[in-house]
Amino acid sequence: MTDPLQNELPPSSERTLDQNEVARFAAIADEWWDPNGKFRPLHALNPARLTFVRDQICTHFDLDSRDLKPFEGLKIIDIGCGGGLLCEPLSRLGAAVTGIDPAEDSINAARAHAEAQGLKIGYRADRVENLVADGERFDAVLALEVVEHVPDVPAFLGVAADLVRPGGLMLLSTINRTLKSYALAIVGAEFILRWLPVGTHRWDRFVTPAELSDACSQADLQEVSRKGLVFDPLEGSWRLSSDTDVNYLMSASRPG
Amino acid sequence: MTDESSGPDTCDVLVAGGSFVGLTLALALSRASRGVLRVTVVDRTPPDVARAAANDGRASALSAASMHLLQSLGVWEEVAAHAQAFTEIDISDSRLDAVARPSLLHFDGALSEGEPAAYMLENHVLRTALIASAEEAESISFIAPESVEDFSVTSTGVAAQLGQGQTIQASLLVAADGRRSALRKKAGIKSIGWAYPQAGIVATLGIERPHGGRAVQHFLPQGPFAILPLRGDRVSLVWTEPRDRADEIVALDDTEFLREARKRMGGRYGALSVAGPRGTFPLDLHLARAFVADRVALVGDAAHGVHPLAGQGLNIGLRDVAALAEVVIESARLGLDIGSTPVLERYQRWRRFDSAFSGFAMDSLNRLFSNDSAPLRSIRSFGLGLVDRAPALKRFFVREAAGLTGNLPRLLKGQEI
Repeated sequence: MTDPLQNELPPSSERTLDQNEVARFAAIADEWWDPNGKFRPLHALNPARLTFVRDQICTHFDLDSRDLKPFEGLKIIDIGCGGGLLCEPLSRLGAAVTGIDPAEDSINAARAHAEAQGLKIGYRADRVENLVADGERFDAVLALEVVEHVPDVPAFLGVAADLVRPGGLMLLSTINRTLKSYALAIVGAEFILRWLPVGTHRWDRFVTPAELSDACSQADLQEVSRKGLVFDPLEGSWRLSSDTDVNYLMSASRPG
Repeated sequence: MTDESSGPDTCDVLVAGGSFVGLTLALALSRASRGVLRVTVVDRTPPDVARAAANDGRASALSAASMHLLQSLGVWEEVAAHAQAFTEIDISDSRLDAVARPSLLHFDGALSEGEPAAYMLENHVLRTALIASAEEAESISFIAPESVEDFSVTSTGVAAQLGQGQTIQASLLVAADGRRSALRKKAGIKSIGWAYPQAGIVATLGIERPHGGRAVQHFLPQGPFAILPLRGDRVSLVWTEPRDRADEIVALDDTEFLREARKRMGGRYGALSVAGPRGTFPLDLHLARAFVADRVALVGDAAHGVHPLAGQGLNIGLRDVAALAEVVIESARLGLDIGSTPVLERYQRWRRFDSAFSGFAMDSLNRLFSNDSAPLRSIRSFGLGLVDRAPALKRFFVREAAGLTGNLPRLLKGQEI
């Protein structure tokens, strides 16, 4: 098998963004906050992935995770923020939050929702390169459920890592490239359970933890922790696990 | 706590109903959030009336689990001196005219050395302590006398209209407004259940000979008759009779009333005296078809009412409180919208099965025992006799009575959220 990360590479300017993907998400932007809409799986996933994000940030910066506003004083950016499903919780936890997404419609939906909630979040329909060029730096950079949608993971991470301040933390999540992930994430979630629209994911774009960890190292980030996400059918919810065969999260720090 | 006729126009959680369940929830949220969540409690009763002993002569059985909850909120230490521990629990099954009332089933009232399975506490003592604790909490506002008349759900919260015209915006509205919950109806939630042909009589009696901490449940043909120990040579009676008969008994003069009580209590307690107001309450079983709606959660009697047979009504309500507080606090610690559907659904999944189980178990027991047929009587005797001879089963029943079975919220285990 050829390495899918090196397969059919587009020109370098398009390595970090796929316009087809952008258009597909833009088409369903108004559904971001409907808990029974197309993004229901992300709503279901949110408590477990927020638990990882919160705990990693609290551990890294020595904060109290039982506090309701532990992130006061932190600058956090969410790359590929969509409708703001992560930005709003991070803002409630006290962080100064920036959310960027290439899809203008998603950013508009996110902005409208945050305003109604009385949350101050800086949303930008923009791409990572432009923030780097502006010299923006953050204490924590999130790119959850993003790398499986970008054409070139190492190239994307190389750029995104520049947003992490020295001593800061990068948080990633994606889907592993295993037979199990093909069965569960594509056949199961898209074709059988219809949790996700068919065509949401391309298995050849899934990334193994080892590949992600290597890509972090190349971007001068050091892996801190990785956890799997598994669905508990009895509880009807997702939880963190040591099983990284399908969905998993990773944190990586930038040396101070 | 601000004790006034109006409060702030916005809060995080608005609690409609400031009785045990509503106040305990406010305290649990305030404490676990370290004062960050702002809670407003609205109650119809002026606080000074709520505190007065004469307005509520009843006492409640508090399970060990409920005691843990009150302990973690710092309320237990205020009431412990007034609480009577159960040292023994006796269950008997006999006709009124039976000369001797042999004990069918006898439990040691302790879960383990020094830890009673349950306590008896007078309602006004508990209510006074809860109000005092809420007054000390700066993040709790108390508006009384006032009520939530109506509410509307917006995409980001709930707007509640109070009787005197104020509108309060909140993320979550909690209906703790009792068995005839008006908010349950306004939320469009139906409730299922039925009324019993019996009514409950409650009374506090002074006794001559010490009760020794023994709680007694006689299963009489008319319905269960409980003698529950209170501090200071007093007992609380919870006495079921057919509805008409209950009204007649309560209307008797003191001497006649004590004569009826004595017939059922036997001679064990010596001379009896009236030690508080007596009254009746209707018995019914109801269960809300859903415990949550958009931005609304039901707790306590608004969600479910059980036959008061085992004195579990308040304990089940406090289980709601512990579960809802845990779900809300854990969600708030993740920055989630605490009134959003996924958060409320988690509370409902946790509580609904347990409530249905408790309600229908109490109902079955009442039906099994409120019957004078000889075959049923022998089945009961056989069944209880089996339990009495099986220590493991007895331990299970004591733990069940203590509220320590099932998937317990942390506060009921004596842990912080």
